[in-house]
Amino acid sequence: MKKFFTVVLAALFVAACSSSDDSTDTNEGGNGTAFDRAAMLSNVADNIIIPSYEALNTELEALVTAKNNFNAIPNQTNLEALRTAWLTAYKAWQHVEAFNIGLAEQTLYYFQMNTYPVNTTDVENNVSSGSYDLTHPNNNDAVGFPALDYMLYGLDLSDTAIIAKYDTNADSSKYKTYLSDLVNQMKTLTQSVLSDWTTTYRDTFVARTANTATSATNKFVNDFIFYYEKGLRANKIGIPAGNFSSTSLPDRVEAFYNKEVSRELALEGLQAVQNIFNGTHFGGSSNGESFRTYLISLDRSDLATQIINQFNTARGKIQELNTNFVTQINTDNTKMTEAYDALQAAVVLLKVDMLQAFNINVDFVDADGD
Amino acid sequence: MSRFQTYLQQQTNAAPLAVFRIGFGLMMCYGMIRFWANGWIESLYLEPKFHFSYYGFEWVKPVGNYTYLIFIICGLSAFFVALGLKYRLAIITFFLSFTYIELMDKTTYLNHYYFISILSFLMIFLPANATFSVDNLWRKRRYEAIPKWTINAIQLLLGIVYFYAGLAKLNSDWLFKAQPLKIWLPSKFDLPIIGETLMQQDWFHYAMSWSGMLYDLCIPFLLLYKRTRMFAFALVVFFHVFTRVLFPIGMFPFVMIVGTLIFFDAGFHQKIIAFIKKAINRVIKIKTETIQTISNYNFSNKTVVIPIVVTFFAIQILFPFRYLLYPGELFWTEEGYRFSWRVMLMEKAGISTFKIVDAETENFFYVKNRDFLTEFQEKQMSFQPDFILEYAHYLGDHFTSQGHKNVQVFVESYVALNGRLSKPYIDTTVDLYQQKESFKHKHWILPFKDDDIKGF
Repeated sequence: MKKFFTVVLAALFVAACSSSDDSTDTNEGGNGTAFDRAAMLSNVADNIIIPSYEALNTELEALVTAKNNFNAIPNQTNLEALRTAWLTAYKAWQHVEAFNIGLAEQTLYYFQMNTYPVNTTDVENNVSSGSYDLTHPNNNDAVGFPALDYMLYGLDLSDTAIIAKYDTNADSSKYKTYLSDLVNQMKTLTQSVLSDWTTTYRDTFVARTANTATSATNKFVNDFIFYYEKGLRANKIGIPAGNFSSTSLPDRVEAFYNKEVSRELALEGLQAVQNIFNGTHFGGSSNGESFRTYLISLDRSDLATQIINQFNTARGKIQELNTNFVTQINTDNTKMTEAYDALQAAVVLLKVDMLQAFNINVDFVDADGD
Repeated sequence: MSRFQTYLQQQTNAAPLAVFRIGFGLMMCYGMIRFWANGWIESLYLEPKFHFSYYGFEWVKPVGNYTYLIFIICGLSAFFVALGLKYRLAIITFFLSFTYIELMDKTTYLNHYYFISILSFLMIFLPANATFSVDNLWRKRRYEAIPKWTINAIQLLLGIVYFYAGLAKLNSDWLFKAQPLKIWLPSKFDLPIIGETLMQQDWFHYAMSWSGMLYDLCIPFLLLYKRTRMFAFALVVFFHVFTRVLFPIGMFPFVMIVGTLIFFDAGFHQKIIAFIKKAINRVIKIKTETIQTISNYNFSNKTVVIPIVVTFFAIQILFPFRYLLYPGELFWTEEGYRFSWRVMLMEKAGISTFKIVDAETENFFYVKNRDFLTEFQEKQMSFQPDFILEYAHYLGDHFTSQGHKNVQVFVESYVALNGRLSKPYIDTTVDLYQQKESFKHKHWILPFKDDDIKGF
């Protein structure tokens, strides 16, 4: 026994101290070599993150143009064009919201683009005072897509009355200015985040493959799960359905004033999640290295399949909902909570199983283990 | 019985125990400073709104800013232990203050903290200040020899820790699935040279599991036996340094490395003492001529001490087996898991979402755990039934005091163990607010089902 023990440990010692170079051909079932995390990060950066920001940036350019046209001639045609541009950009936004990393994180970009519900009092105060710092945290709920939602759909009951706010109203120039400032600010913020990615941050991101709390991989994984749990599951479905309050809160839905697109935006967000998980190239269908292939390399294709299936189940549940979540909540809220439960089931798979497989902590717990 | 009496009479050189005392005291003192410097007093004891208590010790809580005082007392008493100054008082103070700290919140439970607690308890009854202590100076006497059992007691405790840790590794997950090392090691791809290579190899995970198990089971005997001692100590150093590189285990490896020196002969320890003496003499001259050297240390209260120590070890030997009294899979229910030297056996994680229901209207809402718990607490709570129950009661009380009526507390909990897919953990139909904590089996833990984990 003792001899055996000695031999095992001596061998182990020697093995541990020599730079083993036999790692090339002991590959069984995807095991044996370390997963190429840099390849995953570059796929995500080059084929998903940067193209998504580029798309959003382009849509915001179109939004700026539409806004300029509307401000020049506030009429029904231009309002509708502006609304269409807003919706297209809002859908493009759903594909970047999960990437709260790098400059986006530093500048609190996410909070300035899609904090809802919009605080209409703050918006109206800003409009009438004409002096505001749109980047100030107090204004997070008075800017971005939700503020535009209010400015384009919620200022009054009818379209004619809304157009009048920008046209014949005594404060029309103030409304025009605020509308213009909102859109321009969104464009500026997005442009700077995009530029940072294309000039410097892309390489930083791809290089930081370590398994530490601050590495790009770990932050990216955590941000992805955070978006899924908060941005998608809670904000879009759970909170309005009343999962976190004694009563349902239909006025908390995304794009509350538009009314008709809350489901469309939620499905878009889920699509973004699925694309990230599968490493699907933006605007295409080919898949690169991703969480899915990472799991497979760890012999956990069972888990990868479960996650994909659960996303599809959740998609099915959301598709059953009314296009307008407010209507859905007020008529049959059970369907909303069912969609929530289907989304929640994937939170378990991502946060418990996937993080366990990657051996990544949910953010950083600074304490000894044993 | 007479053989036992004879054994108790045997004397041995007092040096090893003195060196142990110094090493222990200094490391504990440093440990307290390190804990403070890392900001852990704030993040673990002052910032959380709520603390998880051990059953029966709910009254032990952090005491606001006085918590710092407890750490000061603990660190100072450790230093006094090292000096051997008012040793008995110092080690009692250390034991009480350290144990109080550990009892404040079980979120931070670590086997090695428990080890420190019981070791310091044992040391209360050992004459560790018999030689080379400040007590010698002012009492004007030192002892050449102490009862042999006092050194054996520490060796036995260390032996129990290793051997039981080895026994716990005799299970099918550890040996035949190489779990959880199979999860942990590949994530160390950042290590130079071995990170991308060895750490990714299947056979290496198995080799580590098996050699770890053999190491734990054999090392006490290899240390006892003179001819293998040097080799064993080399293994101790290698093993603990290696695990220190791999895992965030703080000071424990160093405590064990220094601790195992107790297995060495008195000659070795006398050299250490001589070396320290020389170093001290370079700074200050201490008059030692007037100190009377007495050959043998005799316990004046032997009739009390011996039964306490014997009972202590009887408990240590039996306590880890208490899990046999519970039904179900130990790793899953964790009933009887703590205080049993089950170290690094599981990669376990979970999500527990609490649902507050009004029993009459059946209206409900979910709780955001981060409103009440720190990240660390939430993580630990999510897969441990006693945490879940205690937190459920806290939530029930909280929402009742907020004016909610007919409060029921349910939990939707999923747990993944050693790379298995996550499974439902707690019966979602049981109102936890109505369940009481006790040492009885918690029937509302769902069974582990499918593949059993065989072994200790």
